[in-house]
Amino acid sequence: MGQMPDTLDLLITIAKLGVILVVILTLAANLVLAERRLLAWIQDRQGPNRVGPQGLLQPLADLIKLVTKEDLCPDGADRWLFLLAPAMAAIPAILTFAVIPFGPPLSLLGREIPLQVVDLHVGVLFFVALSSIAVYGVALGGWASNSKYALLGGIRGLAQLISYELVMGLSLAPVVMLARSFSLNDIVAAQADLPFILFQPVAFALFFISILAECKRTPFDLPEAESELVAGFHAEYSGLRFGLFFVGEYLNVIVLGALATTFFLGGWHGPLLPPIVWFCAKVSAFCFLFIWIRGTLPRLRSDQLMQLCWKVLTPVALGNILCTGWWLTIKP
Amino acid sequence: MTVLFYLLALVATVATFLCITERHPVHAVVYLVTSFFSLAVIFYLLGAPLVAAFEVIIYAGAIMVLFLFSIMMIRPEVTEIDLHPGFRDWWPALLLGGILLAALGYTIFSQPLRQGTVSPGEIREFARLLFQKYGVAVEIVSLQLLFALVGAHYLGGRRR
Repeated sequence: MGQMPDTLDLLITIAKLGVILVVILTLAANLVLAERRLLAWIQDRQGPNRVGPQGLLQPLADLIKLVTKEDLCPDGADRWLFLLAPAMAAIPAILTFAVIPFGPPLSLLGREIPLQVVDLHVGVLFFVALSSIAVYGVALGGWASNSKYALLGGIRGLAQLISYELVMGLSLAPVVMLARSFSLNDIVAAQADLPFILFQPVAFALFFISILAECKRTPFDLPEAESELVAGFHAEYSGLRFGLFFVGEYLNVIVLGALATTFFLGGWHGPLLPPIVWFCAKVSAFCFLFIWIRGTLPRLRSDQLMQLCWKVLTPVALGNILCTGWWLTIKP
Repeated sequence: MTVLFYLLALVATVATFLCITERHPVHAVVYLVTSFFSLAVIFYLLGAPLVAAFEVIIYAGAIMVLFLFSIMMIRPEVTEIDLHPGFRDWWPALLLGGILLAALGYTIFSQPLRQGTVSPGEIREFARLLFQKYGVAVEIVSLQLLFALVGAHYLGGRRR
């Protein structure tokens, strides 16, 4: 690290940023299509299959539709906050990709290129910090819309996100204790032999439930419960701003899937296939699981949501940390 | 680096100033969060990424969210307040601010500036200090928080 970063390093970093941005935005758009088709199959329907072969061009058509729609701002809305909120919801998800390692360092022309934008030694905390910021998009979007439905959705989202963030943080503590580091690279390296899910099935279950709640998806989709709140916090949004909220949700699905892969499934480690393929396969499996759960489970009630978080998940997470500590102390 | 520091310092100062003068509570919260963010980046520039992360997680991500939550729940009216408070109203603020400023000035002029160092073992050292050297103090503070929690629950429960 001692040398000054030269122009080539800078170019490589910019190229990595560009590639990641393009890839994840495309993936998020296609995940929308995947979700619609999979949900349709689960419900014994066909889903969108008219635009292009098997409906593969549907994301493009959706994009054109969203871009050409009018950008409405309701009367009495708090104009600036209303316009800024969708960006606040999507940006933290994109920023989190900066610390995720996609594969082992690549050797190209005698130069080591890590497949990760930056290896922060507080990587886990960086992710927790960003996920705690993502609350503002939902809350301010709901508040600024000057609509009762949106406000209720915003308040629900706020309460849900801050509660489940706690469980998420606590479920990551055993991972950090096992890896003895906050850096995502070290966490992946510590799972070279066996993934952490084998040592920490409870922590994995807790993390998975809390990331379901973090991306506001069924059974935790109370902030946007269509049947009672119209569309919750984004009820008043139209056009590209609605699209940003929408894509933000899918970006969150991908990024949280990637993090679950990194923390519990050994990241890019895997036999036979190249590392990047393993990584993508694991993340896709998580995305499929998210969609599958949405097609299968009903929505919780607001009080059940809070009871589950504070009276079940939090004590279990604390007990799990304690047990992990004991185990690490008595282990020879 | 220096340019970035002054830019962030400017953002933090302006945001904090606007937070105080802003009449709308939600806008004030947003300004304060902006200020915390620039402070976090400044901490990072000074070689303390751990403090930067805590600044965002605890202050911007937890405390301000709770502020926002209560503001959204009780929706206070934007009240017209007297913009020219008399001396009677602001002498406590003046006194406390004066003490703070004097302490700050004393610290700056009596001790030579120490350069912050970046070390990968930062978290380990931090944890040792927090839970071994000052462990008893941390436990006492946690117990205080527990008392406050029980007290709040008692007060809130009695109303029903």
